[in-house]
Amino acid sequence: MEKLIYLDNAATTKTAPEVVEAMLPYFTEYYGNPSSVYGFAAGNKEVITRQRETIAEIIGAEANEIYFTAGGSESDNWALKATAECYENKGRHIITTKIEHHAILHTAEYLEKKGFEVTYLDVDEKGLVDLEQLRAAIRPDTILISVMFANNEIGTIQPIKEIGEIAQEHGILFHTDAVQAFCQVPINVDECHIDMLSASGHKINGPKGIGFLYIRKGVKIRSFVHGGAQERKRRAGTENVPGIVGLGTAAKRAAESMEERTKKEVELRDYFINRILTEIPYSRLNGHESKRLPNNTNFSFQFIEGESLLIMLDMKGICGSSGSACTSGSLDPSHVLLAIGLPHEIAHGSLRLTLSEETTKEDLDYTADVLKEIVEHLRKMSPLYEDFQKKQKK
Amino acid sequence: MYTEKVMDHFQNPRNVGELENPSGVGTVGNAKCGDIMRIYLDIDEDQIIRDVKFKTFGCGAAVATSSMATELVKGKSIYEALKVTNKAVMEALDGLPPVKVHCSLLAEEAIHAALWDYAEKNGIKIEGLTKPKSDIHEDEEDEEEY
Repeated sequence: MEKLIYLDNAATTKTAPEVVEAMLPYFTEYYGNPSSVYGFAAGNKEVITRQRETIAEIIGAEANEIYFTAGGSESDNWALKATAECYENKGRHIITTKIEHHAILHTAEYLEKKGFEVTYLDVDEKGLVDLEQLRAAIRPDTILISVMFANNEIGTIQPIKEIGEIAQEHGILFHTDAVQAFCQVPINVDECHIDMLSASGHKINGPKGIGFLYIRKGVKIRSFVHGGAQERKRRAGTENVPGIVGLGTAAKRAAESMEERTKKEVELRDYFINRILTEIPYSRLNGHESKRLPNNTNFSFQFIEGESLLIMLDMKGICGSSGSACTSGSLDPSHVLLAIGLPHEIAHGSLRLTLSEETTKEDLDYTADVLKEIVEHLRKMSPLYEDFQKKQKK
Repeated sequence: MYTEKVMDHFQNPRNVGELENPSGVGTVGNAKCGDIMRIYLDIDEDQIIRDVKFKTFGCGAAVATSSMATELVKGKSIYEALKVTNKAVMEALDGLPPVKVHCSLLAEEAIHAALWDYAEKNGIKIEGLTKPKSDIHEDEEDEEEY
Protein backbone atom coordinates (compact mmCIF):
# COMPACT_ATOMS: atom_id res chain seq x y z
CA MET A 1 0.00 0.00 0.00
CA GLU A 2 1.11 3.53 -0.68
CA LYS A 3 1.54 6.18 1.98
CA LEU A 4 -1.23 6.32 4.56
CA ILE A 5 -3.41 9.40 4.27
CA TYR A 6 -5.19 9.76 7.57
CA LEU A 7 -8.27 11.95 7.19
CA ASP A 8 -10.24 10.83 10.21
CA ASN A 9 -8.97 13.31 12.75
CA ALA A 10 -12.45 13.90 14.16
CA ALA A 11 -12.38 10.25 15.26
CA THR A 12 -8.98 10.51 16.86
CA THR A 13 -5.60 12.06 16.25
CA LYS A 14 -2.00 10.97 16.35
CA THR A 15 -0.48 11.55 19.77
CA ALA A 16 2.20 14.16 19.18
CA PRO A 17 5.73 12.84 19.90
CA GLU A 18 6.45 15.67 22.34
CA VAL A 19 3.25 14.78 24.20
CA VAL A 20 4.38 11.18 24.55
CA GLU A 21 7.80 12.38 25.64
CA ALA A 22 6.28 14.57 28.34
CA MET A 23 4.17 11.65 29.59
CA LEU A 24 6.84 8.95 29.72
CA PRO A 25 8.63 9.90 32.97
CA TYR A 26 5.32 9.66 34.80
CA PHE A 27 5.15 5.95 34.11
CA THR A 28 8.58 4.77 35.13
CA GLU A 29 10.20 7.56 37.15
CA TYR A 30 7.57 9.68 38.85
CA TYR A 31 5.01 6.98 39.37
CA GLY A 32 4.03 8.00 42.91
CA ASN A 33 0.42 8.39 43.92
CA PRO A 34 -0.29 12.14 44.13
CA SER A 35 -2.24 11.59 47.34
CA SER A 36 0.75 10.12 49.18
CA VAL A 37 2.53 12.01 51.93
CA TYR A 38 6.18 11.41 51.07
CA GLY A 39 8.25 13.79 49.05
CA PHE A 40 8.66 11.36 46.17
CA ALA A 41 4.98 11.76 45.23
CA ALA A 42 4.56 15.43 46.08
CA GLY A 43 5.82 16.57 42.70
CA ASN A 44 2.99 14.74 41.02
CA LYS A 45 0.39 16.80 42.80
CA GLU A 46 2.12 19.94 41.57
CA VAL A 47 2.38 18.72 38.02
CA ILE A 48 -1.36 18.05 37.99
CA THR A 49 -2.03 21.56 39.26
CA ARG A 50 0.11 23.00 36.47
CA GLN A 51 -1.89 21.11 33.83
CA ARG A 52 -5.11 22.32 35.39
CA GLU A 53 -3.83 25.91 35.18
CA THR A 54 -2.80 25.48 31.56
CA ILE A 55 -6.21 24.20 30.55
CA ALA A 56 -8.10 26.75 32.62
CA GLU A 57 -6.21 29.57 30.93
CA ILE A 58 -7.12 28.31 27.46
CA ILE A 59 -10.86 28.56 28.15
CA GLY A 60 -10.72 31.58 30.46
CA ALA A 61 -11.55 29.62 33.60
CA GLU A 62 -10.04 29.18 37.07
CA ALA A 63 -7.81 26.15 37.69
CA ASN A 64 -10.11 24.79 40.39
CA GLU A 65 -12.97 24.69 37.89
CA ILE A 66 -11.24 22.00 35.77
CA TYR A 67 -12.01 18.39 36.69
CA PHE A 68 -10.10 15.63 34.97
CA THR A 69 -12.13 12.69 33.68
CA ALA A 70 -11.53 9.65 31.51
CA GLY A 71 -12.68 11.53 28.41
CA GLY A 72 -15.46 13.32 26.61
CA SER A 73 -18.11 10.65 27.13
CA GLU A 74 -17.58 10.58 30.88
CA SER A 75 -17.67 14.38 31.02
CA ASP A 76 -20.95 14.46 29.10
CA ASN A 77 -22.48 11.74 31.29
CA TRP A 78 -21.38 13.52 34.43
CA ALA A 79 -22.71 16.91 33.36
CA LEU A 80 -26.14 15.58 32.48
CA LYS A 81 -26.72 12.97 35.15
CA ALA A 82 -25.31 14.98 38.03
CA THR A 83 -27.22 18.13 37.03
CA ALA A 84 -30.42 16.12 36.78
CA GLU A 85 -29.85 14.65 40.21
CA CYS A 86 -28.87 17.86 41.96
CA TYR A 87 -31.44 20.17 40.40
CA GLU A 88 -34.45 17.89 40.18
CA ASN A 89 -36.16 19.78 42.97
CA LYS A 90 -36.11 22.84 40.75
CA GLY A 91 -37.43 20.95 37.76
CA ARG A 92 -37.14 17.91 35.56
CA HIS A 93 -36.86 19.41 32.09
CA ILE A 94 -33.71 19.41 29.94
CA ILE A 95 -33.17 20.96 26.53
CA THR A 96 -30.66 19.58 24.05
CA THR A 97 -30.48 19.10 20.28
CA LYS A 98 -31.09 16.31 17.80
CA ILE A 99 -27.50 16.38 16.58
CA GLU A 100 -25.62 15.81 19.82
CA HIS A 101 -23.05 13.06 20.20
CA HIS A 102 -24.51 9.81 21.54
CA ALA A 103 -22.76 10.47 24.86
CA ILE A 104 -25.36 13.22 25.31
CA LEU A 105 -28.30 11.66 23.44
CA HIS A 106 -28.14 8.27 25.10
CA THR A 107 -27.67 9.89 28.51
CA ALA A 108 -30.69 12.09 27.84
CA GLU A 109 -32.72 9.02 26.87
CA TYR A 110 -31.59 7.34 30.08
CA LEU A 111 -32.79 10.35 32.06
CA GLU A 112 -36.13 10.24 30.25
CA LYS A 113 -36.55 6.71 31.55
CA LYS A 114 -35.89 8.09 35.03
CA GLY A 115 -38.78 10.53 34.65
CA PHE A 116 -37.05 13.60 33.19
CA GLU A 117 -38.46 15.38 30.18
CA VAL A 118 -36.14 16.22 27.34
CA THR A 119 -36.72 18.60 24.44
CA TYR A 120 -34.57 17.82 21.42
CA LEU A 121 -34.19 20.98 19.34
CA ASP A 122 -34.23 20.77 15.55
CA VAL A 123 -31.46 22.19 13.43
CA ASP A 124 -31.72 23.85 10.04
CA GLU A 125 -30.36 22.37 6.81
CA LYS A 126 -26.85 23.58 7.70
CA GLY A 127 -27.02 22.12 11.19
CA LEU A 128 -27.66 25.32 13.16
CA VAL A 129 -29.92 25.52 16.19
CA ASP A 130 -32.80 28.02 15.93
CA LEU A 131 -32.53 30.46 18.84
CA GLU A 132 -36.23 31.25 18.72
CA GLN A 133 -37.06 27.57 19.04
CA LEU A 134 -34.71 27.40 22.00
CA ARG A 135 -36.43 30.36 23.69
CA ALA A 136 -39.81 28.80 23.07
CA ALA A 137 -38.70 25.49 24.55
CA ILE A 138 -37.72 27.02 27.89
CA ARG A 139 -40.12 26.27 30.75
CA PRO A 140 -40.18 27.21 34.43
CA ASP A 141 -38.93 23.70 35.25
CA THR A 142 -36.05 23.70 32.75
CA ILE A 143 -32.83 22.98 34.63
CA LEU A 144 -30.28 22.49 31.87
CA ILE A 145 -29.53 23.43 28.29
CA SER A 146 -26.89 21.24 26.64
CA VAL A 147 -25.83 22.21 23.11
CA MET A 148 -22.63 20.99 21.49
CA PHE A 149 -20.08 23.66 20.56
CA ALA A 150 -19.37 22.10 17.17
CA ASN A 151 -20.75 18.97 15.58
CA ASN A 152 -18.50 15.96 15.18
CA GLU A 153 -19.97 14.83 11.87
CA ILE A 154 -20.76 17.92 9.85
CA GLY A 155 -18.55 20.40 11.71
CA THR A 156 -21.21 23.09 12.18
CA ILE A 157 -20.31 25.56 14.94
CA GLN A 158 -23.31 26.66 17.01
CA PRO A 159 -24.04 30.25 18.15
CA ILE A 160 -22.77 29.29 21.61
CA LYS A 161 -22.52 32.83 22.95
CA GLU A 162 -26.14 33.58 22.06
CA ILE A 163 -27.29 30.28 23.55
CA GLY A 164 -25.31 31.04 26.71
CA GLU A 165 -26.95 34.45 26.96
CA ILE A 166 -30.40 32.94 26.66
CA ALA A 167 -29.58 30.37 29.34
CA GLN A 168 -28.26 33.08 31.63
CA GLU A 169 -31.30 35.33 31.11
CA HIS A 170 -33.48 32.49 32.30
CA GLY A 171 -31.19 31.31 35.09
CA ILE A 172 -30.70 27.91 33.49
CA LEU A 173 -27.42 25.99 33.56
CA PHE A 174 -25.66 25.73 30.22
CA HIS A 175 -23.47 22.78 29.30
CA THR A 176 -21.60 22.43 26.02
CA ASP A 177 -19.90 19.38 24.58
CA ALA A 178 -16.75 20.98 23.19
CA VAL A 179 -14.92 17.74 22.41
CA GLN A 180 -14.53 18.75 18.76
CA ALA A 181 -14.17 22.48 19.33
CA PHE A 182 -11.60 22.64 22.13
CA CYS A 183 -8.36 24.05 20.69
CA GLN A 184 -9.97 24.27 17.23
CA VAL A 185 -11.92 27.45 17.88
CA PRO A 186 -11.32 30.09 20.58
CA ILE A 187 -13.46 29.43 23.65
CA ASN A 188 -14.06 31.70 26.61
CA VAL A 189 -16.44 30.29 29.20
CA ASP A 190 -17.29 33.70 30.66
CA GLU A 191 -17.99 35.41 27.34
CA CYS A 192 -20.19 32.50 26.28
CA HIS A 193 -21.82 32.05 29.71
CA ILE A 194 -20.87 28.40 29.78
CA ASP A 195 -21.43 26.64 33.11
CA MET A 196 -20.06 23.26 32.12
CA LEU A 197 -17.87 22.19 29.22
CA SER A 198 -16.68 18.74 28.14
CA ALA A 199 -13.43 18.14 26.29
CA SER A 200 -11.13 15.27 25.44
CA GLY A 201 -7.39 14.72 25.01
CA HIS A 202 -7.19 12.48 22.00
CA LYS A 203 -8.87 14.90 19.59
CA ILE A 204 -6.04 17.40 20.00
CA ASN A 205 -3.00 15.14 19.52
CA GLY A 206 -3.14 14.10 23.16
CA PRO A 207 -3.61 10.64 24.63
CA LYS A 208 -6.83 8.64 24.73
CA GLY A 209 -8.64 8.00 28.01
CA ILE A 210 -8.27 11.49 29.43
CA GLY A 211 -10.49 14.54 29.27
CA PHE A 212 -11.99 17.13 31.52
CA LEU A 213 -15.20 18.71 32.60
CA TYR A 214 -15.17 22.41 33.35
CA ILE A 215 -17.64 23.16 36.14
CA ARG A 216 -18.22 26.82 36.95
CA LYS A 217 -17.75 27.71 40.59
CA GLY A 218 -21.12 27.64 42.30
CA VAL A 219 -22.63 24.92 40.13
CA LYS A 220 -23.70 22.37 42.66
CA ILE A 221 -23.27 19.12 40.84
CA ARG A 222 -21.90 16.26 42.90
CA SER A 223 -19.51 13.43 42.45
CA PHE A 224 -20.02 11.02 39.62
CA VAL A 225 -17.40 8.56 40.83
CA HIS A 226 -17.31 7.94 44.58
CA GLY A 227 -14.36 6.63 46.54
CA GLY A 228 -11.81 9.31 47.25
CA ALA A 229 -11.01 12.97 47.71
CA GLN A 230 -9.42 13.50 44.30
CA GLU A 231 -10.62 16.32 42.05
CA ARG A 232 -11.99 18.32 44.95
CA LYS A 233 -13.98 15.27 46.08
CA ARG A 234 -15.96 15.35 42.88
CA ARG A 235 -14.31 12.56 40.93
CA ALA A 236 -12.68 9.80 42.89
CA GLY A 237 -9.86 7.62 41.64
CA THR A 238 -6.09 7.91 41.62
CA GLU A 239 -5.26 10.58 39.09
CA ASN A 240 -4.14 9.43 35.65
CA VAL A 241 -0.92 11.41 36.00
CA PRO A 242 0.64 10.51 32.64
CA GLY A 243 -2.70 11.13 30.94
CA ILE A 244 -3.16 14.48 32.65
CA VAL A 245 0.36 15.52 31.68
CA GLY A 246 -0.39 14.38 28.13
CA LEU A 247 -3.64 16.33 28.03
CA GLY A 248 -2.03 19.46 29.43
CA THR A 249 0.92 19.27 27.06
CA ALA A 250 -1.34 18.63 24.07
CA ALA A 251 -3.70 21.45 25.02
CA LYS A 252 -0.86 23.94 25.46
CA ARG A 253 0.62 22.89 22.14
CA ALA A 254 -2.71 23.03 20.31
CA ALA A 255 -3.74 26.35 21.84
CA GLU A 256 -0.42 27.94 20.89
CA SER A 257 -0.61 26.72 17.31
CA MET A 258 -4.36 27.27 16.95
CA GLU A 259 -4.37 30.51 15.00
CA GLU A 260 -1.76 29.52 12.47
CA ARG A 261 -2.82 25.89 12.20
CA THR A 262 -6.51 26.53 11.70
CA LYS A 263 -5.84 29.26 9.15
CA LYS A 264 -3.89 26.75 7.07
CA GLU A 265 -6.53 24.07 7.61
CA VAL A 266 -9.36 26.36 6.54
CA GLU A 267 -7.53 27.16 3.31
CA LEU A 268 -6.91 23.50 2.55
CA ARG A 269 -10.41 22.53 3.61
CA ASP A 270 -12.04 25.04 1.30
CA TYR A 271 -9.72 24.13 -1.56
CA PHE A 272 -10.69 20.47 -1.14
CA ILE A 273 -14.41 21.19 -0.80
CA ASN A 274 -14.29 23.27 -3.95
CA ARG A 275 -12.49 20.54 -5.90
CA ILE A 276 -14.98 17.87 -4.84
CA LEU A 277 -18.09 19.91 -5.52
CA THR A 278 -16.93 21.10 -8.92
CA GLU A 279 -15.38 17.83 -10.10
CA ILE A 280 -17.81 15.22 -8.80
CA PRO A 281 -21.37 15.59 -10.12
CA TYR A 282 -24.32 15.00 -7.81
CA SER A 283 -22.28 15.70 -4.71
CA ARG A 284 -23.12 18.06 -1.88
CA LEU A 285 -21.43 19.52 1.17
CA ASN A 286 -23.11 18.75 4.46
CA GLY A 287 -22.93 21.40 7.16
CA HIS A 288 -22.30 25.13 7.05
CA GLU A 289 -19.81 26.64 4.55
CA SER A 290 -18.20 29.04 7.00
CA LYS A 291 -19.51 28.31 10.50
CA ARG A 292 -17.56 25.12 10.33
CA LEU A 293 -14.70 23.41 12.16
CA PRO A 294 -11.45 24.28 10.35
CA ASN A 295 -10.62 20.64 9.66
CA ASN A 296 -14.03 19.22 8.78
CA THR A 297 -15.41 18.20 5.41
CA ASN A 298 -18.54 16.11 4.95
CA PHE A 299 -20.03 15.21 1.60
CA SER A 300 -22.89 13.18 0.22
CA PHE A 301 -22.54 11.45 -3.11
CA GLN A 302 -25.84 10.50 -4.64
CA PHE A 303 -26.51 6.92 -5.82
CA ILE A 304 -23.72 5.29 -3.82
CA GLU A 305 -23.33 3.90 -0.34
CA GLY A 306 -20.79 5.06 2.21
CA GLU A 307 -19.29 1.81 3.42
CA SER A 308 -18.27 0.68 -0.07
CA LEU A 309 -16.73 4.08 -0.52
CA LEU A 310 -14.74 3.75 2.71
CA ILE A 311 -13.45 0.29 1.84
CA MET A 312 -12.31 1.48 -1.57
CA LEU A 313 -10.64 4.53 -0.07
CA ASP A 314 -8.94 2.26 2.45
CA MET A 315 -7.54 0.16 -0.37
CA LYS A 316 -5.95 3.35 -1.67
CA GLY A 317 -4.50 4.15 1.73
CA ILE A 318 -7.05 6.81 2.68
CA CYS A 319 -8.83 6.71 6.07
CA GLY A 320 -12.22 8.41 6.36
CA SER A 321 -15.58 7.76 7.94
CA SER A 322 -19.20 7.68 6.89
CA GLY A 323 -22.65 8.29 8.31
CA SER A 324 -23.88 5.25 6.46
CA ALA A 325 -25.93 2.73 8.41
CA CYS A 326 -23.60 -0.02 7.33
CA THR A 327 -20.76 1.41 9.35
CA SER A 328 -22.83 1.57 12.51
CA GLY A 329 -24.43 -1.85 12.46
CA SER A 330 -27.96 -0.47 12.42
CA LEU A 331 -30.24 0.17 9.50
CA ASP A 332 -30.50 3.88 10.04
CA PRO A 333 -27.95 6.33 8.74
CA SER A 334 -26.49 9.08 10.91
CA HIS A 335 -28.98 10.92 13.11
CA VAL A 336 -27.14 14.15 12.30
CA LEU A 337 -27.59 13.80 8.55
CA LEU A 338 -31.26 12.94 9.00
CA ALA A 339 -31.67 15.97 11.30
CA ILE A 340 -30.38 18.34 8.61
CA GLY A 341 -33.08 16.93 6.34
CA LEU A 342 -31.19 14.52 4.11
CA PRO A 343 -33.28 11.66 2.73
CA HIS A 344 -32.06 8.24 3.89
CA GLU A 345 -30.51 7.22 0.60
CA ILE A 346 -28.42 10.39 0.41
CA ALA A 347 -27.39 10.10 4.05
CA HIS A 348 -26.17 6.57 3.30
CA GLY A 349 -23.80 7.98 0.69
CA SER A 350 -21.98 10.32 3.01
CA LEU A 351 -18.29 10.70 3.65
CA ARG A 352 -16.50 12.63 6.39
CA LEU A 353 -12.87 13.55 5.86
CA THR A 354 -11.20 15.51 8.64
CA LEU A 355 -7.79 17.12 8.28
CA SER A 356 -4.88 17.35 10.69
CA GLU A 357 -2.00 19.76 11.07
CA GLU A 358 0.03 17.34 8.94
CA THR A 359 -2.40 17.17 6.01
CA THR A 360 -0.91 18.60 2.83
CA LYS A 361 -2.36 19.89 -0.41
CA GLU A 362 -0.78 16.88 -2.15
CA ASP A 363 -2.65 14.53 0.19
CA LEU A 364 -5.90 16.25 -0.66
CA ASP A 365 -5.24 16.34 -4.38
CA TYR A 366 -4.52 12.62 -4.34
CA THR A 367 -7.66 12.01 -2.28
CA ALA A 368 -9.81 14.08 -4.65
CA ASP A 369 -8.44 12.20 -7.68
CA VAL A 370 -9.03 8.82 -6.06
CA LEU A 371 -12.46 9.82 -4.84
CA LYS A 372 -13.52 10.83 -8.34
CA GLU A 373 -12.61 7.42 -9.69
CA ILE A 374 -14.25 5.50 -6.86
CA VAL A 375 -17.50 7.43 -7.04
CA GLU A 376 -17.64 6.83 -10.78
CA HIS A 377 -16.88 3.11 -10.33
CA LEU A 378 -19.57 2.67 -7.66
CA ARG A 379 -22.11 4.60 -9.68
CA LYS A 380 -21.56 2.27 -12.61
CA MET A 381 -22.56 -0.54 -10.27
CA SER A 382 -25.56 1.29 -8.82
CA PRO A 383 -29.14 0.50 -9.84
CA LEU A 384 -30.15 3.91 -8.51
CA TYR A 385 -27.79 5.62 -10.94
CA GLU A 386 -29.05 3.42 -13.77
CA ASP A 387 -32.65 4.46 -13.02
CA PHE A 388 -31.63 8.09 -12.74
CA GLN A 389 -29.86 8.03 -16.10
CA LYS A 390 -32.84 6.37 -17.77
CA LYS A 391 -35.10 9.07 -16.39
CA GLN A 392 -32.74 11.77 -17.66
CA LYS A 393 -32.89 10.35 -21.18
CA LYS A 394 -36.68 10.44 -21.29
CA MET B 1 -14.01 -7.41 9.13
CA TYR B 2 -14.53 -9.19 5.79
CA THR B 3 -13.05 -12.47 4.55
CA GLU B 4 -10.61 -12.51 1.65
CA LYS B 5 -13.30 -13.88 -0.63
CA VAL B 6 -15.71 -11.08 0.27
CA MET B 7 -12.97 -8.54 -0.40
CA ASP B 8 -12.15 -10.23 -3.70
CA HIS B 9 -15.76 -10.16 -4.87
CA PHE B 10 -16.12 -6.58 -3.68
CA GLN B 11 -12.95 -5.41 -5.40
CA ASN B 12 -13.47 -7.46 -8.56
CA PRO B 13 -17.19 -8.03 -8.77
CA ARG B 14 -18.20 -10.63 -11.37
CA ASN B 15 -21.05 -10.00 -13.78
CA VAL B 16 -21.63 -6.32 -13.11
CA GLY B 17 -23.87 -4.59 -15.60
CA GLU B 18 -27.19 -4.81 -17.37
CA LEU B 19 -28.67 -7.09 -19.99
CA GLU B 20 -30.63 -5.82 -22.93
CA ASN B 21 -33.91 -7.70 -23.30
CA PRO B 22 -33.42 -9.88 -20.23
CA SER B 23 -35.64 -12.91 -19.64
CA GLY B 24 -36.22 -11.70 -16.11
CA VAL B 25 -35.24 -8.79 -13.88
CA GLY B 26 -35.58 -8.59 -10.12
CA THR B 27 -34.97 -5.57 -7.93
CA VAL B 28 -35.11 -5.92 -4.16
CA GLY B 29 -34.13 -3.85 -1.16
CA ASN B 30 -34.78 -0.34 -0.14
CA ALA B 31 -32.69 2.79 -0.50
CA LYS B 32 -33.85 3.87 2.91
CA CYS B 33 -32.00 0.97 4.48
CA GLY B 34 -29.00 1.47 2.27
CA ASP B 35 -29.12 -1.50 -0.06
CA ILE B 36 -30.76 -2.28 -3.38
CA MET B 37 -29.93 -5.22 -5.64
CA ARG B 38 -31.01 -5.75 -9.21
CA ILE B 39 -30.38 -8.99 -11.06
CA TYR B 40 -30.86 -9.58 -14.80
CA LEU B 41 -31.25 -13.12 -16.12
CA ASP B 42 -30.93 -14.41 -19.65
CA ILE B 43 -32.68 -17.79 -19.74
CA ASP B 44 -32.76 -20.04 -22.82
CA GLU B 45 -35.55 -22.34 -24.05
CA ASP B 46 -34.15 -25.21 -21.94
CA GLN B 47 -34.61 -23.02 -18.86
CA ILE B 48 -30.86 -22.70 -18.40
CA ILE B 49 -29.47 -19.38 -17.16
CA ARG B 50 -27.14 -18.43 -19.98
CA ASP B 51 -26.13 -15.05 -18.66
CA VAL B 52 -26.60 -13.03 -15.55
CA LYS B 53 -25.74 -9.45 -14.60
CA PHE B 54 -26.23 -7.40 -11.49
CA LYS B 55 -26.22 -3.87 -10.13
CA THR B 56 -26.06 -3.10 -6.45
CA PHE B 57 -26.29 0.00 -4.28
CA GLY B 58 -24.96 -1.00 -0.91
CA CYS B 59 -22.09 -1.87 1.34
CA GLY B 60 -19.14 -4.12 0.61
CA ALA B 61 -21.06 -7.22 1.68
CA ALA B 62 -24.01 -6.30 -0.53
CA VAL B 63 -21.77 -6.05 -3.58
CA ALA B 64 -19.91 -9.26 -2.75
CA THR B 65 -23.07 -11.30 -2.13
CA SER B 66 -24.60 -10.10 -5.40
CA SER B 67 -21.44 -10.99 -7.25
CA MET B 68 -21.25 -14.45 -5.65
CA ALA B 69 -24.95 -15.12 -6.21
CA THR B 70 -24.57 -14.40 -9.93
CA GLU B 71 -21.63 -16.79 -10.09
CA LEU B 72 -23.62 -19.51 -8.35
CA VAL B 73 -26.60 -19.35 -10.72
CA LYS B 74 -24.77 -18.86 -13.99
CA GLY B 75 -25.12 -21.87 -16.27
CA LYS B 76 -27.62 -23.50 -13.93
CA SER B 77 -31.21 -24.48 -14.63
CA ILE B 78 -33.86 -22.28 -13.10
CA TYR B 79 -34.63 -25.05 -10.59
CA GLU B 80 -31.00 -25.30 -9.53
CA ALA B 81 -30.89 -21.53 -9.25
CA LEU B 82 -33.90 -21.59 -7.01
CA LYS B 83 -31.95 -23.80 -4.61
CA VAL B 84 -29.19 -21.22 -4.20
CA THR B 85 -29.92 -20.04 -0.68
CA ASN B 86 -28.45 -17.20 1.28
CA LYS B 87 -26.54 -19.80 3.29
CA ALA B 88 -24.95 -21.11 0.11
CA VAL B 89 -23.93 -17.59 -0.86
CA MET B 90 -22.47 -16.97 2.60
CA GLU B 91 -20.60 -20.27 2.62
CA ALA B 92 -19.16 -19.57 -0.80
CA LEU B 93 -17.84 -16.29 0.59
CA ASP B 94 -16.36 -17.99 3.69
CA GLY B 95 -18.88 -16.22 5.90
CA LEU B 96 -20.15 -12.72 6.62
CA PRO B 97 -20.15 -10.62 9.79
CA PRO B 98 -23.48 -11.11 11.66
CA VAL B 99 -24.73 -7.60 10.86
CA LYS B 100 -24.29 -8.36 7.14
CA VAL B 101 -26.28 -11.58 6.97
CA HIS B 102 -29.24 -9.63 5.60
CA CYS B 103 -27.14 -8.85 2.50
CA SER B 104 -27.07 -12.55 1.63
CA LEU B 105 -30.84 -12.74 2.12
CA LEU B 106 -31.14 -9.82 -0.25
CA ALA B 107 -29.08 -11.70 -2.86
CA GLU B 108 -31.32 -14.78 -2.56
CA GLU B 109 -34.41 -12.59 -2.87
CA ALA B 110 -33.01 -10.82 -5.91
CA ILE B 111 -32.51 -14.12 -7.74
CA HIS B 112 -36.03 -15.19 -6.78
CA ALA B 113 -37.46 -11.87 -7.91
CA ALA B 114 -35.76 -12.19 -11.31
CA LEU B 115 -37.03 -15.78 -11.68
CA TRP B 116 -40.53 -14.62 -10.71
CA ASP B 117 -40.38 -11.93 -13.36
CA TYR B 118 -39.26 -14.53 -15.94
CA ALA B 119 -42.08 -16.88 -14.93
CA GLU B 120 -44.67 -14.13 -15.15
CA LYS B 121 -43.45 -12.93 -18.54
CA ASN B 122 -43.63 -16.46 -19.90
CA GLY B 123 -46.82 -17.45 -18.19
CA ILE B 124 -45.23 -20.40 -16.44
CA LYS B 125 -45.20 -21.52 -12.86
CA ILE B 126 -41.89 -22.43 -11.23
CA GLU B 127 -42.48 -25.10 -8.64
CA GLY B 128 -41.31 -23.93 -5.22
CA LEU B 129 -41.07 -20.23 -6.10
CA THR B 130 -43.28 -17.89 -4.16
CA LYS B 131 -43.76 -14.21 -4.89
CA PRO B 132 -40.71 -12.54 -3.42
CA LYS B 133 -40.90 -9.71 -0.94
CA SER B 134 -39.67 -6.54 -2.48
CA ASP B 135 -38.23 -5.41 0.81
CA ILE B 136 -36.46 -7.87 3.05
CA HIS B 137 -36.22 -5.32 5.82
CA GLU B 138 -39.93 -5.54 6.55
CA ASP B 139 -39.36 -8.29 9.07
CA GLU B 140 -36.38 -6.70 10.72
CA GLU B 141 -36.71 -4.69 13.85
CA ASP B 142 -34.31 -2.23 15.35
CA GLU B 143 -32.51 -3.68 18.29
CA GLU B 144 -32.41 -1.62 21.39
CA GLU B 145 -29.07 -1.29 23.04
CA TYR B 146 -28.50 -0.41 26.63
